[in-house]
Amino acid sequence: MAEIQSYTMNFGPQHPAAHGVLRLVLELDGEVIQKADPHIGLLHRATEKLAESKPYNQSIGYMDRLDYVSMMCNEHAYVMAIERLLGVTPPLRAQYIRVMFDEITRILNHLMWLGAHGLDIGAMTVFLLAFKEREDLMDCYEAVSGTRMHATYYRPGGVHRDLPREMPLYQVSRWRNQKDVDRLNEARAGGLLSFIEDFTRRFPKAVDEYETLLTDNRIWKQRTVNIGVVTPERALQLGFTGPMLRGSGIAWDLRKKQPYDVYDQMQFDIPVGVNGDCYDRYLVRMEELRQSNRIIAQCVQWLRQNPGPVMIDDAKIRTPRREDMKGDMESLIHHFKLMTEGYGVPEGETYAAVEAPKGEFGIYLVSDGANKPYRLKCRAPGFPHLASLEEMVTGHMLSDVVAVIGTQDIVFGEIDR
Amino acid sequence: MSDALTELLLAATGEAARLVPSLPGEYTLECDPASWVAVATALRDHPQLRFDQLVDLCGVDYLDYGRSEWKTLSATGSGFSRSVNRETAHAERAPGTRFAVTVHLLSVAHNRRLRLRAFCSDDTEPMIDSLVGVWASANWYEREAFDLFGILFAGHPDLRRLLTDYGFIGHPFRKDFPLIGEVEVRYDPIKQRVVYEPVSIEPRTLVPRVIRDDNRYDPALTGR
Repeated sequence: MAEIQSYTMNFGPQHPAAHGVLRLVLELDGEVIQKADPHIGLLHRATEKLAESKPYNQSIGYMDRLDYVSMMCNEHAYVMAIERLLGVTPPLRAQYIRVMFDEITRILNHLMWLGAHGLDIGAMTVFLLAFKEREDLMDCYEAVSGTRMHATYYRPGGVHRDLPREMPLYQVSRWRNQKDVDRLNEARAGGLLSFIEDFTRRFPKAVDEYETLLTDNRIWKQRTVNIGVVTPERALQLGFTGPMLRGSGIAWDLRKKQPYDVYDQMQFDIPVGVNGDCYDRYLVRMEELRQSNRIIAQCVQWLRQNPGPVMIDDAKIRTPRREDMKGDMESLIHHFKLMTEGYGVPEGETYAAVEAPKGEFGIYLVSDGANKPYRLKCRAPGFPHLASLEEMVTGHMLSDVVAVIGTQDIVFGEIDR
Repeated sequence: MSDALTELLLAATGEAARLVPSLPGEYTLECDPASWVAVATALRDHPQLRFDQLVDLCGVDYLDYGRSEWKTLSATGSGFSRSVNRETAHAERAPGTRFAVTVHLLSVAHNRRLRLRAFCSDDTEPMIDSLVGVWASANWYEREAFDLFGILFAGHPDLRRLLTDYGFIGHPFRKDFPLIGEVEVRYDPIKQRVVYEPVSIEPRTLVPRVIRDDNRYDPALTGR
């Protein structure tokens, strides 16, 4: 009788369930995984090296492109690192705007994750529903920064500009009649803050809708319960952060434990899992959607009542206003110097971390006093998660690999950098 | 917390490590490469420290540290020509101060962070012991540091390249590796395959590195 041997299979790098460009070399015994070796780096763009060749402000846009579904959270860590070295604190209104957009980003990310994860393991509908709400949040990005994804909105010392009073409105066209346009524009008429407020009012219902589709769904549970179990001790050893760590039962969230900006003013809860399997991590993220929504609502309330500056008043760091440059010689000089050379950051090193949707996103910044970073290291949450893929899938079936990749919320922009 | 923590850190690590000045609220320990694993283990296991998570590990190349490309005092007459391939003479450094491995630790139990650093003693073949036995998450981080900086980690179970291409030559994040790289790749219709060739573009510096004397950040004046 012929001896049955394990065989090797190549998964990706062009596979819809690989969430980008993951090449996974799997060794299988029948359908059971014996070994899994992720080959990464197919999206490596040397962001850190590029940042070393540019003045500080020119790299903010690169941060968006790291984890390209949680754009503003990456920017947040980067500008926080620069602010720490410069020793400046942004105005309170800017901090509230940042917290609000961090949470909008978290919802954006979790909706993307929910849709893709659902699609991967056989639930088509939730993808379509999740992208409906994502569209509205993208419009908020667009209203505030002009771009739907890669915002480049945060700056060291605040944010680029204040929230706009008006939202762009839909126009009547061949595809939309007056009735549709009126319905779509109803919430937009009051401006950005009331649009976001309207969103926070209807979003809990949308989360309920996703949950009716999945939480008690028999197929969903069969695919996720007891898949990819990680014990709390192991999760710490493997460097897990964010929902991956909380799913294993450790109540660790930088927004609570090491609050930055105005997170210490916010009322919200930290959901924690029990079993550390894919299903618990799903539940944790669903609850985070609701909690983020709570935080956004609180920020909207505060921002309504408290107008004020959104950028520090330090001419050596912030770019001058356009109209000042027309009549004021000093503003013109500052603009020229900041746009050509940039500002020098005092010598030193710092590590600034934010609770990004996927976990702890940190920026380690070394400055030797020049106008460019000496060394920039992005600590991406997905990196240690993917590193533990082999441990999480060994002994599972081939189809569970997809469930584990989904639950890790892998995005290659941040892993390959 | 600060002074108590300082004493605690020094007591736990003994002679091998020393505290270096850092920003308020941040702590940096520097240790000898020989006692790298011993210090790491002590930091993880000390009951009052319990740094149970390795958050990040990265290499740093200090070759050009503090060197500016454009001296503003002398350059007023000459300016800065951007598209010149300047064969930069790297500054002379004392041996054993070029490559550092920096680790960021987190204690979930005590809610503290710590930065731990060691300089590799050999500049041409930097080598240090692996931390995989202490924190499992060090595995890929060390592979990355090996790939990008060429730092060897003794005792690493699987030290392969991680981020660069299969068959890549060199360590791209070293300061003497050009930003544009060494080779470019194109499809050769005659050979009917992808070929590698030396880069055809010239290195350009769009913005020179400038270090200015800025008394706003002078430690003697700010007290930082």
